[in-house]
Amino acid sequence: MAQKRHLLTDIALKGLAIAPSQVYGAIRIVPLLRSQVRGDLRLFKRSYQQDLTMVDVGDANYLAYVPHGLVMSWSNNGEPVAAYGGQFQKRDGKTLPGNCGSVKLLHRMVKREQKNELRFLPLHLAMEGFLSLFFKGPSIAWQDYSRYAKSHGLGSRWEWSVSGRAIAGLEDAIRIFEIHEGQVGVLLFVAETLASAFVVPTPEDYRALHRSLLEDFYGELIYQYACIYDGPLSMTCSINPHSVKTLADLRQGVMQMRADWAEFQGFMSESLLGRRLNSQMVYATHSFYLQRFITDLDPHAQNYIGEAIVRENGELEYLKTYCLSASQTKRVYLLSQLSAHNWNLAATATALHNTKEELVKRLEKVGFGYLLNPQVREQALKR
Amino acid sequence: MLHSAASRLAQLAREDLVMFINACLACTGQHEFYDDAYGQRVSIDFLHDYILGNYRLLYARSLAAGINQFNQAQIILKLLATGRHTLPAHRQEEGALIAATLRKFPPQRAWKVLAQLRQQGINNRRSRAIARDYFAQRQDLSFDAVKYRRKVKTIAKHAHLNLTGEVGPFLFHNWKQRTYETKLFEAFRQAHYSADAVYALPFTIAEGLAQKHQIPRGVFLENIQSRMTSGEKLRLQGSAERSQISIDLELGHMPLTKLALYILSLPLQSRKARRAELEQALQKSARQVLYKAPLKLDRVAAVLDCSYSASGSYEKHMRPLGVALGAHALLQVAAQDYRAFWTIPVEDPLLVQARGQTDLATPLLDALDWGANLIVIVSDGCENDPPQGAAQVLQLCRETLDPQRRVSIIHCNPVFNSEDFSLRPLCPLIPTVGLREAEDLPTMLGFARFAEGNAPLAELEDYLAARVQQFLGSV
Repeated sequence: MAQKRHLLTDIALKGLAIAPSQVYGAIRIVPLLRSQVRGDLRLFKRSYQQDLTMVDVGDANYLAYVPHGLVMSWSNNGEPVAAYGGQFQKRDGKTLPGNCGSVKLLHRMVKREQKNELRFLPLHLAMEGFLSLFFKGPSIAWQDYSRYAKSHGLGSRWEWSVSGRAIAGLEDAIRIFEIHEGQVGVLLFVAETLASAFVVPTPEDYRALHRSLLEDFYGELIYQYACIYDGPLSMTCSINPHSVKTLADLRQGVMQMRADWAEFQGFMSESLLGRRLNSQMVYATHSFYLQRFITDLDPHAQNYIGEAIVRENGELEYLKTYCLSASQTKRVYLLSQLSAHNWNLAATATALHNTKEELVKRLEKVGFGYLLNPQVREQALKR
Repeated sequence: MLHSAASRLAQLAREDLVMFINACLACTGQHEFYDDAYGQRVSIDFLHDYILGNYRLLYARSLAAGINQFNQAQIILKLLATGRHTLPAHRQEEGALIAATLRKFPPQRAWKVLAQLRQQGINNRRSRAIARDYFAQRQDLSFDAVKYRRKVKTIAKHAHLNLTGEVGPFLFHNWKQRTYETKLFEAFRQAHYSADAVYALPFTIAEGLAQKHQIPRGVFLENIQSRMTSGEKLRLQGSAERSQISIDLELGHMPLTKLALYILSLPLQSRKARRAELEQALQKSARQVLYKAPLKLDRVAAVLDCSYSASGSYEKHMRPLGVALGAHALLQVAAQDYRAFWTIPVEDPLLVQARGQTDLATPLLDALDWGANLIVIVSDGCENDPPQGAAQVLQLCRETLDPQRRVSIIHCNPVFNSEDFSLRPLCPLIPTVGLREAEDLPTMLGFARFAEGNAPLAELEDYLAARVQQFLGSV
């Protein structure tokens, strides 16, 4: 019950301030600053060199290219955690060398390695949660579903996304970005669309993890936008000349400019900030709660999945998000609707203002045809 | 109507020239923080061709405007390649300017320019005469023939020169087969067989032969010291420290920017440990600059950019920050009352690091608050906290708070922006000038009135003509 209280319902960037953005080509990077850095939680990067990683997640396996994991160290009494290099490094998982590529075998997305140390795979944790949503398939043996769906659920699920290196201009944008003093995170926009939000506990961690933004994966839309657009929308902010009589007014004006930038960039990120979230607790310590979330699945808006660590008082210590592509949103939206109506096709179709055949076609289109009985599919095709 | 067209043309010419000279002050065709080397080269090359085609005389005269050596070399090559377009009346002046510039160059650069004549296939009567004259005025050609052997050989061949004495046989006939009367040639021959003879050669030549004789680095550096130039001594300080020997060098005699860059190359601990020594050297070097170009200032504030972008690139490592530190030292000595305002406040300027965001508005406001007569801003002009912050402050300052311009403000930009062929300005109401080396600051303060856009073309032409006289007279 206590844990439920700490589930994230929306991202309010509590404890963080937004600073003016830096722009390169179509990419806009907005720094997030933390005023009070406590140091009792640190995140360290652990690089993996393998071409493929297979993670044992209990009743299934998760396969992906995982360039790095994060190690979270914390102290329960509020004392600062030892800096990187002052700690023992551990090697986790097994490596299988191969002729055409090596494979890493890891146990669990989130694994406690020592008393106060937890290893997790950033973004993959959220992606695994996303893939396993409604994974069990229909709970009632409706006639409309195929034998495969009844016995295996969704079976083998896969999604694809784009590496940061493939996003035009991102490498240079990250190279020339000037990290603020006290900066702990960024909001990353491509063509003024929020691509990712990334927050870590301390400025030192951020400096070390800044370049890892390039190794992360991004949604299809972000990749396309980076290809299409070569510049941002022009945004300017100025001081009202009539309000300036003295130097103090000018100073006030500059302060106002900063505030305006912060407010406007907050407004730009509304597709994530202030959205209602469905969260799931992944790991809870004495005062930190690691959880993954998905935004309310509005098919007409940008949707995000992600993971976060929240402190007991609600401050955001860690955040990483991934922007779902339109087709990914559609898929999970349809599944969620089916699940909400107990996987009853007719009832779901009515709720979506579709005929049953239309719903079947929609399911075919997003790649879930294999869940349906062949007769149902044929009938829908004939109409 | 006619009058307005003429005045518009004059204004255009002035703008073009100011843009060109400004670009030539900063650009070296190398990788910058925001731009790559290719873009810089294409951009500056276009500017050169444009000015050469439209304002040939002024193009030649800009050799004397205090621009950097990379651009001086480009101008020489382009003038020599297109000699037939010179008007007869200007031919002599152009030739004199080229010869004088070559003579003022450090030898390695002059030889390189002449060698490039061959690479670019430039060969005409004038280019050959220029090469001949350069050979003739070298005091110790045998030294050059050893140190810059390949270049000297190339140029002599390309310009059909008759070399007197043993230089010809040394360069062109098999040098191994004879002994020489010239000491250096003989040392060069012997050094191929004896490790002891290596130490009579110039450092760069000896370095390769030392490798051949497998002389330990420490021993070699210890013994070759007397043959090093001061630049080499400065460059090899780190190498010497690793070999646990010391190379004696009077840091105060080094050029200001070079010294600043050396200081910035040191790790923070050694900067702290040698603080007094470095500080003194910096002041001494700054005083030397002022001795050559006197500058008396009253109450000066410097707004200095130490954001991450001041770290430059792998080719120009720390250059913008080095220029800022050099300017700081120079203004400190030149002004009666001086204060520095860094973008991220630093307690000790010698310990400055290139990091953090560019917030120019706050230090600028602090400088205005302090009540300076002159504010010098050294920055690459990319501000981001908030964007346009300093631009707004400068604009409102000029328009409403200080329309009489009681405070003069000048923006020195060490970085050329290849996209729009100019130095990124902060605000159109404030003059922006290029600054590659802090030593040029006194010249730039004089040049700033043209960048501001008030002075007419005639005045700029007079200024250039006067600089040419000064330039030719000082050789």
